[in-house]
Amino acid sequence: MVVTHEQIKPGEIHDPIVNDFAFTVATKNGSGSQTSNLVLIRSLFKMGIPVNGKNLFPSNIKGLPTWYTIRVSKDGYTARRATTEIAIAMNEATAQQDIENLPSGGVCILPQEWKWTHNRDDIAYYEIPVKETIKQFDIPTERREQVGNMVYVGAVAQLFDIPLDIVHQGLFDQFGGKEKPTKMNYNIIEAAYKWTAENIQKQDPYHFAPLDMTNGKILITGNEAGALGSIFGGVTVAAWYPITPSTSLIDSMLDYRNLRKDPETGEHTVAVIQAEDEIAAIGMVVGAGWAGARAMTSTSGPGISLMSEFAGLAYFAEIPAVIWDITRVGPSTGLPTRTSQGDILFAHFLGHGDTKQVCLLPGSVAECFEFGWRAFDIAEKLQTPVFVISDLDLGMNLWMSDPFEYPDEPLDRGKTLTTENFQQFYDEHGEWFRFRDYDNDGIPYRTLPGTDHPFAAYFTRGTGHDEFAVYSERSEDWVKNMKRLRKKLETGKSFLPKPVVDTAASNTVGIISFGTNDPAVQEARDWLASKGMGTNYLRLRALPVTGEVLDFVRNHERVYVIENNFDGQLHQILRMEIPEDTRHLKSLALGDGLPMTPNWIYDNILEQERQ
Amino acid sequence: MARTNVIGLERSDYKGRPSTLCPGCGHDSISNQIISMAFDLGIERHRIIKLSGIGCSSKTPAYFLGGSHGFNAIHGRMPSVATGALIANRELRAIAVSGDGDTGSIGLGQFKHLIRRNIPIVYIIENNGVYGLTKGQFSATADEGQNLKYYGKNELPPIDLALEAVAGGCTFVARSFSGDAKQVQALLKAAINHHGTAVLDIISPCVTFNNAETSTKSYPYGKEHEEPLHDIHFIMPQEEITVDYEEGETITVDLHDGSHIQLKKLERDYDPRNRESAIILLEQAQREHLFLTGLLYYEEPRPTLVETEHLSKTPLITLDETQLRPSADVLTEVMNRYK
Repeated sequence: MVVTHEQIKPGEIHDPIVNDFAFTVATKNGSGSQTSNLVLIRSLFKMGIPVNGKNLFPSNIKGLPTWYTIRVSKDGYTARRATTEIAIAMNEATAQQDIENLPSGGVCILPQEWKWTHNRDDIAYYEIPVKETIKQFDIPTERREQVGNMVYVGAVAQLFDIPLDIVHQGLFDQFGGKEKPTKMNYNIIEAAYKWTAENIQKQDPYHFAPLDMTNGKILITGNEAGALGSIFGGVTVAAWYPITPSTSLIDSMLDYRNLRKDPETGEHTVAVIQAEDEIAAIGMVVGAGWAGARAMTSTSGPGISLMSEFAGLAYFAEIPAVIWDITRVGPSTGLPTRTSQGDILFAHFLGHGDTKQVCLLPGSVAECFEFGWRAFDIAEKLQTPVFVISDLDLGMNLWMSDPFEYPDEPLDRGKTLTTENFQQFYDEHGEWFRFRDYDNDGIPYRTLPGTDHPFAAYFTRGTGHDEFAVYSERSEDWVKNMKRLRKKLETGKSFLPKPVVDTAASNTVGIISFGTNDPAVQEARDWLASKGMGTNYLRLRALPVTGEVLDFVRNHERVYVIENNFDGQLHQILRMEIPEDTRHLKSLALGDGLPMTPNWIYDNILEQERQ
Repeated sequence: MARTNVIGLERSDYKGRPSTLCPGCGHDSISNQIISMAFDLGIERHRIIKLSGIGCSSKTPAYFLGGSHGFNAIHGRMPSVATGALIANRELRAIAVSGDGDTGSIGLGQFKHLIRRNIPIVYIIENNGVYGLTKGQFSATADEGQNLKYYGKNELPPIDLALEAVAGGCTFVARSFSGDAKQVQALLKAAINHHGTAVLDIISPCVTFNNAETSTKSYPYGKEHEEPLHDIHFIMPQEEITVDYEEGETITVDLHDGSHIQLKKLERDYDPRNRESAIILLEQAQREHLFLTGLLYYEEPRPTLVETEHLSKTPLITLDETQLRPSADVLTEVMNRYK
């Protein structure tokens, strides 16, 4: 159901609202508040309450406003909510707006020392002494600002019922089991908790209460999941250039690569190379992939722009590569710290000339892990670049998930001839030519440099070539090669993750979406169902689109294509792929830089359906 | 019967496809020296990779060592491809061919970073001061004040790629002339045994667009003005160093694999093992328009990238599934950290 709050006056008697609300912490960037927010999330998670955190941060090191929203949902929903009921206003510069944004019946927690004027009578104000609390403890000057953020943790714990021992556990975990910082921060939390208990009269209905809905679950970001998946996928070369919001994927890989470090020598089995730019990063990936490595890079939109020439080369020269795009808002530098699905069209066709790239579209942290390893198999089986298109919301925010499933298939190196099996191939066929279609599936056999056989070498080039890998400007050779590449891509469709389809409800209204819109779509579908409008849903997980998608489009009277970019890019791709009339394919494209809300989907589908 | 080398191959086994460059092109002469070098040293062809960017020079890897894997990459960005390939398989040896457009303009950044990472590679710049495939534009190494048919006078100073290499921390920097086959050959032999990036800036005239005798990148100019700094001899590890020069007349440089370079002094008293003197010499050469060739700079090589990154001694591409995919228990243990 859509949650609309009735006019609730603070202090009036009303039914408690338990485990179904959201709160936003407004602070200054670089003040260290992230630690406090993560402690809160971990504590709620430990209480067994489904929780999701979203960080709305500026492109800035220190000083600009930042907001962190935590949603708890007894129903397990994890989408961003259109409104949050509680504001923890710790940044004076944005406090007025933060308070204005509260719904009637909301709560504002703010520092007592501001002596803030209470200009709303439909919300509760709780003023807590931030400075005074810190003063009680001997804290080094440079730590004071960060530790000060623990004051609101204590207040929140007391006001909305998070047991202190659980907060302590959350804190301990957040500090990686280190006693000293845990103690210093816990002292503040405890003091703030006590002060709040003694001095604040609760006037709101919001409560956390223990549930058992997070048992066995994990809390992780998509970038960590992607890095972990890559490690389990046998990545051997990762070349990259720092860019928000993809950097944390490689940062995580620097941690996880220790899982594969030789325990005796300390030698690494994956090279993580910070390149001089994204062009060099993908150049290294292409060189490594050509030489037989499982090579990847991770970047965001501006990096994808720079990589286009190499992406075209790798596509045409048939070199496996994995490219993660943690999408942010473009064009240009755009909104570098806001989320988007705006690269899908560009990535799918990245490269000049006739290029069609394979893209995987993870919709959860579990899929970030799965596609992390699977992408290498697909890239090597198809001998082509594979783009994994995540986004800032999935990549950088914490998501609940079941623990990841161990890969259920061994590494698949594709049609790669080695020193061991080259002679066998040669004996069977009486020849080996790099770009000859021996199996009539468009996928040729490749050899790697270092293959010790007099006939194993070939010359790789981005220029026109025949099936012998020899330079050719003949039109016939060019067209024959392009046809084989097209056939290869058709073969490849069977290797790609299939869409997740739910056709239980209706054959009237269908929804197609992908990636991080999933939680918002799922919630909106529940709301629509409660209004008597059942919807079917296809969540796309890969490009190029496959037959299942076309069937889904054909089998519904109206299909809404929901995506978080301005131009409706997936809608455009689908219209390109479907030869017949597609007027029943309706675009619902947002692209405002924020994770999608169920409210937006619900409102828009209802409005269109009324017409 | 044709002569065979130590691994029983003939010189023709090191050839590539027929060249499609202009007859008389300096680049073909360099390709020939690469073939001879590989034959003389008895190099196993499958251990070599040939790489290039885009341009006339970059076509040449197709014309030598047909039994080696080759990669004609994109304009100016071959260094990153080479870096990736050599990280993936540390047992490969790489010969890279670039041009003055490929290295001096679009690829200057990657050139400097290749050197900075000390990627073990013979990096040949076939330098002719002009863009050939696009029909005769000035490159960044063209002479200041030079006139070309369509593009008028070049008002900009040239970039000295050897000087860039020395400044960038390259531990093996040489300049040569494609008309001086013997020197090119000796430098190639030394370079392929160097433990790190070896830059050979070889003036290689473009007979079609830049061969007027007024151009410092022409055959007539090179033949007239080349001043070798020394006579260079490459000595294989198993060969004995025979000293048939006066004491103080030669400098012997020991390479990583046990081979040596012997430099016999000519007119100049120049020791290439000093970075400051190399820079002073190159500055002087530029100021006085001297065409000095030979080994300009050499130093004990730094660790290469696979060493500084502490990568597996076993080439990454030969690791098997047990080394590449941690066990299910490891995944469970990692998952527990996130609970």
